[in-house]
Amino acid sequence: MAKDVAVIGVGQSYFVRGYEGSIRELAFEAFREAMQDAGITTKDIDASVFCSAPEYDKQRSPAGVLAEYLGLIPQPTFYIETVCSSSSTGVKVAYGMIKSGLHDVVVVLGFQKMSEITSAESQERMGRGADIQWESPFGTMMPAYYALYAQAYMAKNGLTHEDLMNVRIKSATYGQINERAVYRKAVTQADFDPNNPNARMAAPVAWPLRVGDACANADGSSCIILANAEKAKAFSKKPVWIIGIGAASEAVNMAARPDFSKGLRAPYIAAQQAYTMAGIKPSDVKVAEVHDCFTIAEIMAYEALGFAPVGEGKQLIREKATYKEGRIPVNVDGGLLSKGHPIGATGGSQIRTIVLQLRGEAGPMQVPGEPDIGLVHNVGGVGLYGNVTIFGR
Amino acid sequence: MGFEKFGRKSFTGITKTAKFVDFLEEGKVNGTVCKKCGAKYFPPRADCAACFSNEMDWFEMPKKGKLETYTIAYYAPFGFEADCPYTMGVAEFEGGLKLFARLSKDLKPEDINVGMDVSVKPVKYEDGQMSFEIVRA
Repeated sequence: MAKDVAVIGVGQSYFVRGYEGSIRELAFEAFREAMQDAGITTKDIDASVFCSAPEYDKQRSPAGVLAEYLGLIPQPTFYIETVCSSSSTGVKVAYGMIKSGLHDVVVVLGFQKMSEITSAESQERMGRGADIQWESPFGTMMPAYYALYAQAYMAKNGLTHEDLMNVRIKSATYGQINERAVYRKAVTQADFDPNNPNARMAAPVAWPLRVGDACANADGSSCIILANAEKAKAFSKKPVWIIGIGAASEAVNMAARPDFSKGLRAPYIAAQQAYTMAGIKPSDVKVAEVHDCFTIAEIMAYEALGFAPVGEGKQLIREKATYKEGRIPVNVDGGLLSKGHPIGATGGSQIRTIVLQLRGEAGPMQVPGEPDIGLVHNVGGVGLYGNVTIFGR
Repeated sequence: MGFEKFGRKSFTGITKTAKFVDFLEEGKVNGTVCKKCGAKYFPPRADCAACFSNEMDWFEMPKKGKLETYTIAYYAPFGFEADCPYTMGVAEFEGGLKLFARLSKDLKPEDINVGMDVSVKPVKYEDGQMSFEIVRA
């Protein structure tokens, strides 16, 4: 196991609806926690990388503005985006910056204030979320794209609406015990019952997906501080090492996608790369965070990551194997479904969860058995960007 | 110019493939094929990613396909709300070419199944916008 680049500090804001502050103040919340966690000062930081989905930002070129507010001037700073996986990509780039010897300590800060723009502006941007030349003219939205995968997958593999509901119920189980989550209520079968007039989650959004199959929008920030081996050992009692990284891309247009019933290809390719680099197999992973922007996405992730054979992802949720006490705990912080999905902050938040798990500091969410290897699966767009990062103690 | 006529609402005005809309007016749903290496593309491209040529011809999409997947949208982005609910899907045609489009309003949800035989044809909306849709074979 290579121990070249470590995470020495993690931070995350509360994920909320309508953050009462500006983006610089939101960014500072995660930064403060990560810096206090690492026990370092801004003098120790060599460079910073800022990550978000730019269509929600009013501020142009936010990196410079945020670096100034965080006290990271005059060190180099820049901005990175791969939509929902922006901060995983930021970590990958920072890893390269450190591994190359260019810098010793790099801050990766993901943020998103989705409420920065009005809901009308947001609706307009949602319509331009994919290929604006050839697909947006039909009236596409994110749920519709994932619904295309859900429809084909369910038809072929016998996955049911009950299985999807059970993914949502699992995430809510952990959203309730994660004080940083935006959605902290329990979810029950009655919430998905179309005959129940009070059902909050039964209404169709893009069939076969319902309200309850979709993640919660949120404002939030995350911060990951990376260091080379020498600095990590000097600064940190419990460095968590990046032992595998994979990333891949996919055609944006649905017309160029392979078999929809087999799930997203880019995260699968990324997983293969990350497992090879880490020299481990799927069964070595003790705890995972996957990109459950929709319930179907979690089932597909089980298979992309090799936790279940292709077409058999449903068995993991039926057997409760991905609960905290199960064979492979997944999203025991509530995931995107309950913790929330502040786009640019999501990957860093997933990484924070895994780092805390490997340090044994995850509190009520802690997976038993002192997990030594954890994995983050973070997807940008509708499988447009696939990112898998593996961590070890 | 010309491409703003494509789709229920276009977000692109200028593209080298704008002639696609003229073909729709003629009743054809066309892709492009590279003159140098024969690579076929749908949606159309002005440049060949296989051999880097920019010399492309048009070809008409095959008519016999199968519906690979679909969804029924109950919510729409800004500017599309009046159409709800509407159905969109992916059809695969002979030779492996795929196409993403709305399904014809004639197809009721209960009549739609993954794997059903479908075809594709141009459609003109009442406001003059041109598009193409997946129809029953």
